[in-house]
Amino acid sequence: MSDEASPQVLIAGNPNCGKSTLFNALSGGSAHVGNYPGVTVDRTTATLQLGSEQIELVDVPGMYSLTASSPEEQLAVDALTESNTRAVICVVDATTLERGLYLPLQLIESGVPVVIALNMMDAAARIGLRVDTERLSELFASPVIPVVATKRRGLDALLAALEAQLEPRSGIATPEVTYPAELQADLATLAPVIARWRPQMPASQHRVFALWCLLSLGEDSLRGVPDEVRKAVGNIRRAAAERGRNLDLEIVSSRYVWLDRAVAETCSPQGPKPSWSERIDRVLTHPIAGISIFAVVMFGIFEALFAGAEPLIGAIETFTGFMQTQSAAILPPGVLQDLIVDGVIAGVGNVIVFAPQILMLFLFIGFLEDSGYLARVAFVIDRVMKGVGLHGKAFVPLLSGFACAVPAVMATRTIERRRDRLVTMLALPLMSCSARLPIYILVVGTVFAGQSLGWFSAGAVALFSMYTLSVLVTLAAAAVLRRTVLPGPAPTFVLEMPPYRWPSAGILWINAWRRLRVFLVDAGTIILAMTILLWALLSFPKSTEVSGHYATERAQVLQSASSETTKAEALQALDAREAGEQLAHSLGGRFGHAIEPVLRPIGFDWQIGVGIIGAFAAREVFISTLGVVFGIGEADEENKPLRQALRDARHADGSPVMTPLSGVSLMIFFLLACQCMSTIAVVKKESGSWKWPVFLFSYMTVLAYLASLAVYQGGQLLGYG
Amino acid sequence: MKRSLVDLPLGQHAEIASIDCERRLSRRLMEMGLLPGTRVRVVRVAPLGDPIELRVRNYSLSVRRAEAAKIAVRPEGAV
Repeated sequence: MSDEASPQVLIAGNPNCGKSTLFNALSGGSAHVGNYPGVTVDRTTATLQLGSEQIELVDVPGMYSLTASSPEEQLAVDALTESNTRAVICVVDATTLERGLYLPLQLIESGVPVVIALNMMDAAARIGLRVDTERLSELFASPVIPVVATKRRGLDALLAALEAQLEPRSGIATPEVTYPAELQADLATLAPVIARWRPQMPASQHRVFALWCLLSLGEDSLRGVPDEVRKAVGNIRRAAAERGRNLDLEIVSSRYVWLDRAVAETCSPQGPKPSWSERIDRVLTHPIAGISIFAVVMFGIFEALFAGAEPLIGAIETFTGFMQTQSAAILPPGVLQDLIVDGVIAGVGNVIVFAPQILMLFLFIGFLEDSGYLARVAFVIDRVMKGVGLHGKAFVPLLSGFACAVPAVMATRTIERRRDRLVTMLALPLMSCSARLPIYILVVGTVFAGQSLGWFSAGAVALFSMYTLSVLVTLAAAAVLRRTVLPGPAPTFVLEMPPYRWPSAGILWINAWRRLRVFLVDAGTIILAMTILLWALLSFPKSTEVSGHYATERAQVLQSASSETTKAEALQALDAREAGEQLAHSLGGRFGHAIEPVLRPIGFDWQIGVGIIGAFAAREVFISTLGVVFGIGEADEENKPLRQALRDARHADGSPVMTPLSGVSLMIFFLLACQCMSTIAVVKKESGSWKWPVFLFSYMTVLAYLASLAVYQGGQLLGYG
Repeated sequence: MKRSLVDLPLGQHAEIASIDCERRLSRRLMEMGLLPGTRVRVVRVAPLGDPIELRVRNYSLSVRRAEAAKIAVRPEGAV
């Protein structure tokens, strides 16, 4: 609670009521995204000049009621009771008035000045709905302003009404909902307890807050509720239950009795759902057509993330490389040059490389959500997700995991309950993302080149197996997490199917851009810091012995009588070999040596160990690190010398390191291990604590090691390798 | 005989009699306007058989069968 903070106006409403559109229309898109303390829910705010006053407009997450049982739901009530909250704009979809007016009724009951923005009046008019807004505002004792947020209609009237509501008044009229006498008595019992909890609250609001407590408390995880209040509520609920009363039903149905009367008095009877929306639904949820369209849309998203983002990612990588060469040319050689080129610029590159996929995925999700199709996606696929204890809405994030876990983890935001979101977020990094592909290609090209299994090439079979395995493991992990680490009731699926609407391109863009900005700032800092740390680990300490040795060799090359091109080639080879030896000497290199006894049972040697350490920056870095380790210089997955070097690598006993069996072991390790600091960073950001990314990294690493161990040892027992 | 939403033929109107699921869910359903006496109808079933879509208070809501089975109804026209 902030007493000295600037006055704020909340903007609240049901999901799908057009609240964000109205918020953007009022704020002109100049919003600031922060976080509510203690929960990972965005707090989007904007400054609004209202007459002579500057107020902060706060976008409260979509909700159907103020009733709360989790900290996420509680924040709306907390915001409402903050002393600097001056008024609430409650957005109501005019086409679903009967249900939509429940939230404003609850808000007005709480005593805060409310302006009801009756949104989507154009859609309401199309289905023949007429609303007597004057009478409605008399009944609600609050202004009711018809608006069309997408067309910016009615905004001036809305702001004028808001300004009037901000005027100080003595006593606020509230609608008189009639609660049963027994409930009234319960409220009278509870009011003094509330008064002790919230002494600064006006006495008139104690009974209303008592109502909220009766409805919200019990089996909840709300924060900051005194034991005295819990005990009092518990006693009242117990006594009521003994007499066969259902308090929740009493409270909610009293409100609906009042609402039904108000709606009957002010609204023309509403026709059925618009026939075109019904017709679209008939196709999109049809057993054959519906599932086919679903498959096509999902494939389209996947293809766009996978292939469509490729040129942009390539361009960013090229640009990063260009900046690195330029900086290397300007800066004097030495540690500072290395820090800037391989630490800072590489780190910034590692952050912005995610921008295309994040923007694309959020544009897609925004489109699916605002058009109403996302709810249908969940409707169509929920049956499958339910089997592993996930919510239908987990499908799009999981699928996106095939492209990249970073935007996919961010996409779990569409899932409502925190527990369900965490399960999804912790399972989806097991989906075989696009950064794993280069590693599969390198391994397949090294150990399976030209081999075949029946009609198929061995490489194709290996690749196909990896993708199938990743799906199975992800689903299994979700099921296990749901039963062990994050137990709790399976997610309930109570989802509104909003009418189809054409989304506004501007809103989609603003929202996607906002998501990207938050990622760049919050997760970006962590990624940058980790890149620099990793660079240091693989660069220090430097061996003077090695550099001295290569300085001598270089001098010999320069003095030799061979041609300039031969000299240049020889020098380049020396550089690459020196880099390899220096890497072996660095902390990271020594660590690779140190863990060799652990890696040996899964078929790896120290060189692959160093590659795995380097790959923590991003999986594909495994390849370029190996290039350095083997003294080849820059290498990609198609690099012939690297493949040859891998084939020639020998263990101490002379046996080859890379066999088909150790190759499979390596692919499985990369499939299952969390070799990606960006995933760690984004899970930290989205889960709100370090606990979950640490858990994620640990369980995936253990899983990867055990699986590789089983494959390698089992394979050897069966006589492979 | 007690009938629930899952027993209701597609498209037939009914009146909710009671909701008997865990408190959090029943409270949520009630606050979304599903109360004893509210008119409801099953509009469609998802392609894979679950969940189902309801039409209530002029909006559409989908719930899983397991939950719908806990919403008792009186079909309109029935005694």
